[in-house]
Amino acid sequence: MKIIVAIKQVPARDSQLKIQSGAQWIEEDDLTFEINEPDAYALEEALQLKEKHGGEVVALCLGPARAASTIREALAKGADRAIHISEESINGLDTLAVAKLLAGAIKSEAPDLVLTGLQSDDLGYGQAGVVLAELLGVPHATIIMQVSIEGGTLRVKRELEDGWFQFVTMPLPAVLTIQSGINKLRYATLMGIKKAKTKEIKVLSAADAGGAGTAVSTLDRVYVPLRTKVSTIFEGDAKSTAAQLVEKLKFEVRVL
Amino acid sequence: MSLVLVVLEQGAGKWHKMSWEAVAAGQQIAQQAGMSMASVVIGQGVAGMAAEVPGKVFAIEHALLEHYTADGYTAALAELIKAEQPALVIFPHTYQVRDFAPKLATRFGRVLISDVTQVKAAPGTVSFVRQLFQGKLNADVSGQGGVTFISVQAGSYRADQMVAAPAEVQVVTPALDASAIRQKPEAPFRESTRAVDLTAADIIVSVGRGIKEKDNIHLVEELAAAMGAELAASRPICDNGWLPMERQVGSSGQTVSPKVYMAIGISGAIQHLVGMKGAKTIVAINKDPNAPIFEVADYGICGDLFEVVPALIEEVKKARG
Repeated sequence: MKIIVAIKQVPARDSQLKIQSGAQWIEEDDLTFEINEPDAYALEEALQLKEKHGGEVVALCLGPARAASTIREALAKGADRAIHISEESINGLDTLAVAKLLAGAIKSEAPDLVLTGLQSDDLGYGQAGVVLAELLGVPHATIIMQVSIEGGTLRVKRELEDGWFQFVTMPLPAVLTIQSGINKLRYATLMGIKKAKTKEIKVLSAADAGGAGTAVSTLDRVYVPLRTKVSTIFEGDAKSTAAQLVEKLKFEVRVL
Repeated sequence: MSLVLVVLEQGAGKWHKMSWEAVAAGQQIAQQAGMSMASVVIGQGVAGMAAEVPGKVFAIEHALLEHYTADGYTAALAELIKAEQPALVIFPHTYQVRDFAPKLATRFGRVLISDVTQVKAAPGTVSFVRQLFQGKLNADVSGQGGVTFISVQAGSYRADQMVAAPAEVQVVTPALDASAIRQKPEAPFRESTRAVDLTAADIIVSVGRGIKEKDNIHLVEELAAAMGAELAASRPICDNGWLPMERQVGSSGQTVSPKVYMAIGISGAIQHLVGMKGAKTIVAINKDPNAPIFEVADYGICGDLFEVVPALIEEVKKARG
């Protein structure tokens, strides 16, 4: 069973974001980057499926040179090899362009299953996996909380809204987008980190992956949202701010 | 005249409430942009429901559409879009829409501009506002030629601003091929009956990633006890098993509107905000002054929760005597 996991490198979660002059994207120079959290769960799910069914896990990442650190980490956790579509200016790509490049790299691999996180923490479009499935001509399901495979059939647990779930079956090959929390993430072991150094990373250019095509949507301007609600922010040390808040809750909101 | 097509959502004969927000959005955008509008409902035997929709409405009916599948819905809508040639297709940003609308857009060589919070429409030009980085930043996005697909975020348009009109229902029967529908769905279910009904609580103390580790949860438990509040959490806390799933607030958990909602160490990603922004009073305690939770907060303390929460427990105890 060959599983490809599409992972993205994004700014670390607690980053202080500054907007670039020209307002086309954020300043990246001072940021630290990490694996997109839902993609970490997709990788873990792939590793667990491999442990159960055997086969191979290939990490696939579209990103600039800095993404190599996230790819190494995926290899250290247990991915067998990796494909890096090296492209410096990914922020100008729309989701169709991103999916076209991923599909271009995936086609010749002919995997049984493609996994990715349900959305990215930076752009948050939440659709690379679905678009990828359409481009590859295979079925898909999204926001997955459980995966089981029997014979050539995939049975997955989809998360619906408001605490509801649903099982869906479909034939392989297929694409799944994985929800955070589906499994427990592993840490890379020292042995894993050591082994990762010898694992293969195939580097492709965008052209090698078939090209991104022309943009069908554009990111025109990035900006800090205007605050629409007037909030009272209490100033002072912990004791004083706590006292001011309790005063409001008791005498204005009247819940204490 | 160009057409705005609004895709409503129903399941087992019940409307998804965001359908009406999408209709309100469609009506307003069509008016601003000088376009006409129609709605569409998909399923089996949905013509009766369609009669509740204001204005022109297509009821796409087929036995293969009785239960939702991404393949079935995509094929059915693609056929209607080819026939009607809308300039703009609007979806409510539901889990179901996330499952098939990107596929539909791809079929037309387009992308879904998802989770839109605002539409800037004028005759001849439309651009869309959506959030980046979990709500920390906004972006203006536009489609380049051809049909544009968007989904609107919960609460961005108000259902009560929908303009009433008599329904003009047109039933459409798509040519669907059973073998082209690869997903086989089973009946939806709930994991367990909910032991905790957060919707009934007057005060909710809710905790997020800022609490750092399981051993610190007792801090917010003590605060909740002191305030007579129910304890809730954002998704990562439940994912980690620090609190049970039934205490989760947000798009995949419960939607609450208590008198007071205290968000402690919660940054305020949209998936959480949709579950609690209806609270009458929102209090945010967070160390990051730029956290989106402060956007919706009535009262805020920007500080270290490990200092603020113990001080709060003491003050609350004092205040309640």
